[in-house]
Amino acid sequence: MAHLNQAPALEESVREFDLASTTVRELNRYLHKDLPAADAPRVVVTHPDGAHSIACGLDAPVDVEVHGHVGYYVAGMNKHARVTVHGNAGPGAAENMMSGFVRIRGYASTSAGASARGGCLVIEGDASLRCGISLKGADIVVGGSVGSFSAFMAQAGRMVICGDAGDALGDSLYEAVIYVRGEVKSLGADARFEPMSAEDRKVVAELLGIAGFKHDPAEFRRIASARQLYHWNADANQEY
Amino acid sequence: MSAAHLSLEESAGFDRSIIDYVQRAAATGLYEIRGLGAKRKVPHFDDLVFLGASLSRYPLEGYREKCSTRTVLGGRYASKPLELEIPITIAGMSFGALSANVKEALGRAASELGTSTTTGDGGMTSEERGSSKTLVYQCLPSRYGFDPDDVRRADAIEIVIGQGAKPGGGGMLLGQKVNPRVARMRTLPEGVDQRSACRHPDWTGPDDLAIKIRELREITDWEKPIYVKVGATRVFNDVKLAVHAGADVVVVDGMQGGTAATQTVFIEHVGIPTLAALRQAVDALDDLNMRGQVQLIISGGIRTGADVAKALAMGADAVSIGQGVLMALGCNSDSYVHNGQHVSAVADYNALGTAPGFCHHCHTGRCPVGVTTQDPVLEQRLQPAIGARRVRNYLKTMNMELTTIARACGKQDVHHLEREDLVALSVEAAAMARVPLAGTQWIPGM
Repeated sequence: MAHLNQAPALEESVREFDLASTTVRELNRYLHKDLPAADAPRVVVTHPDGAHSIACGLDAPVDVEVHGHVGYYVAGMNKHARVTVHGNAGPGAAENMMSGFVRIRGYASTSAGASARGGCLVIEGDASLRCGISLKGADIVVGGSVGSFSAFMAQAGRMVICGDAGDALGDSLYEAVIYVRGEVKSLGADARFEPMSAEDRKVVAELLGIAGFKHDPAEFRRIASARQLYHWNADANQEY
Repeated sequence: MSAAHLSLEESAGFDRSIIDYVQRAAATGLYEIRGLGAKRKVPHFDDLVFLGASLSRYPLEGYREKCSTRTVLGGRYASKPLELEIPITIAGMSFGALSANVKEALGRAASELGTSTTTGDGGMTSEERGSSKTLVYQCLPSRYGFDPDDVRRADAIEIVIGQGAKPGGGGMLLGQKVNPRVARMRTLPEGVDQRSACRHPDWTGPDDLAIKIRELREITDWEKPIYVKVGATRVFNDVKLAVHAGADVVVVDGMQGGTAATQTVFIEHVGIPTLAALRQAVDALDDLNMRGQVQLIISGGIRTGADVAKALAMGADAVSIGQGVLMALGCNSDSYVHNGQHVSAVADYNALGTAPGFCHHCHTGRCPVGVTTQDPVLEQRLQPAIGARRVRNYLKTMNMELTTIARACGKQDVHHLEREDLVALSVEAAAMARVPLAGTQWIPGM
C-alpha cells in the first residue's frame, strides 16, 4: 500500500499537507480558518498514517483528498466539504455529518456514518460493526458488506448495502430505510423486509449512481421499521 | 381500633409503600416511571456542619469584608476557559423535558448572575442560546439534534457518560412530550415514546473517549473546555479515567440527581449518594495530583447555600443544580402566576393523582405549573421573565448563604473552604465524607 501516500502532481492552487512533517492541528486550523475565498479550494493530505480527526468540523465547500489510511473520525461533523480517503478509515468516519460528500476508497471500521444527519457517505469496501448507527438523515452507500448492529436505532436517511449484512440489522429502526443486496444474517428488533416499490428502485439507482457502483436495483431488498416498538409495550418484555 | 394503634401493626418489610408497589405491579404489569430524583433518605450534606471561627480561627466581617466567588472552569487545555461570577451552575436539562420558556428563563437567570446553564438531550434551542451568556452544550449518547454549528456556538462541551438518577441508562421522553418541534429537533416521529441510547454511537471505553475528546477539541480549535459528566457509581475510577482521557472538567452527578422520566427502581436503587461520590472524586484528583488543573463539579440534590458551601469545602470547584432551579420556577408550588395573579393549580395536581409538595409527574407532560411540559396551554403558566426572576433570586440567595458561611470560617474566597472546616453528625456521613464525627477526632475507617 506504499502508493497510498503518493498524491498526484499538484496544481499551483492546491494546498498540500504532509502529515509526516506537520500536524493534524495545523491542517484543521487551515481548513477551519485559513481557506482561500476561491470557489471549491482543494487540499491534499499525505502520510496520514492513521491519524485521528483529519478534516473534522469542516464548514466550507472545500475538496480534501487524503492519500493513505486514516484513524478515527475522519470528516467528523462535516458540512459542505467533499472528503475522499484513498485508503481505509478508522471508527466514526463522517460521524454526525450534516452535509457534503465523504468517500472511503477502502474499508471503514466501526460506526461509520454514526448519527449522520445529512450528506452522503460512500464506502467502497466493507464497513464494520454499527455502520449507520443512530442515522439521522444522511445517505450511506457501502460497496461491500456491513457488520452487526448496522443501522441500530437509525432514525432517518437511507442506507444501501451492496454486499451482506451481519446480525441484528436495523435493530430498533425508526424511519430510516435500508436496501441490501446480499444475505442478512439476522434482522434486529422491529426491522422487517418490505416489498420494493418503483420508488425504492429509483432511490437505489440514484444512490448507486452517486456512489459509482454498477448493480441492478432489482437485486436489492428493502428493510424498514415495523413500528411495533414506537410506543411502550408491556408485553414486549425483553424484545427491546 | 385507633389509627395510632394500627400504625403499631405496620410491617417494616411490607409497609404501605411496598404493599402499594406490589399491588400496582400486580394490577398493571408495568414498572413505575417518574420524574425528579431519589426520595429515599441517604447520607447527605445535611449530615455535615461547619466549624465556624472562634479563638483558633479568625472570621471575616460578615457584612463588610469581601469574599470572592469567582470561579474559573476548564483551563487545562482550553484556550477560552469559563470565567463565572459564582460557583453555582445550572445543570443539563433537555428541551423536551422542559418547555422552551423554561430554557429561556434559566438562560436569563444564569446570565444575570454570571454563571452558566447547560443544554440537554435534544439539542440547543435558539431561545436558550439567545438568553444564555455562557452555555454548556451536551454531547449525549442519543446525539439528538447534535449540530457542529451549535458546537461552535457553545462556550463549553459536556460529554455525558451518565446521569446520577440513572447511571448506565439512556434518556426517556414519553410520547406525550414529543410534540412537532421536539420531534423535528430530534429527528423522530411525533408522539413516539422516545427511549434513547445509553452508549455513545461512535466510541466505546475510555481509550476511545480520549480520541473523541480530541476530535471535539479539533472542531473547536482547542478553544472550548471539554467536560465529562458521569453518574456516581465507581467514582474513583471513573474520574481518573475521565482525567486520563483529557477532560478539562469532570462533573459527578450523585444518586439524588433528577430526571424527567426514569424507572423508579433505577432512581432509587442505582448509584451512590452525592456525599460519597464527592469524596471519591476528590480522592481521584488528589491521586493524580490534578486538583486545580482539572475542575470538579458536583451535582445531585444540591439545594441550599449550605449545600454549596459544604460541597466546596469537600473539594468541589463548583456545583450544578437541576431540581432546585425547577422548584424555584414553581415546581411543586400550589399556584402559578397569570396576569400578575396567583392561580391555584391544585386541581391539576389532583388530576395527576398527587398534590403540591409530592408531585413527580414530569414524565406525563401535564406539569400543573408549566415547567416540565410541552403542552401549549400549560407552558404558558411559566413566563420567561417571571421564571428568570425567581431563579435569579434563588441563585443569589444561595450565593449569599455561601459567602456568609465562608466568612464565618475566615475565608476571603469561597474556594478556600476546606474539609478541615467540616464535621459530621452521623457515623455514616463521617465515613463517606471522611471528616470527623462532631466532637471527636474519629473518622470511621481511618
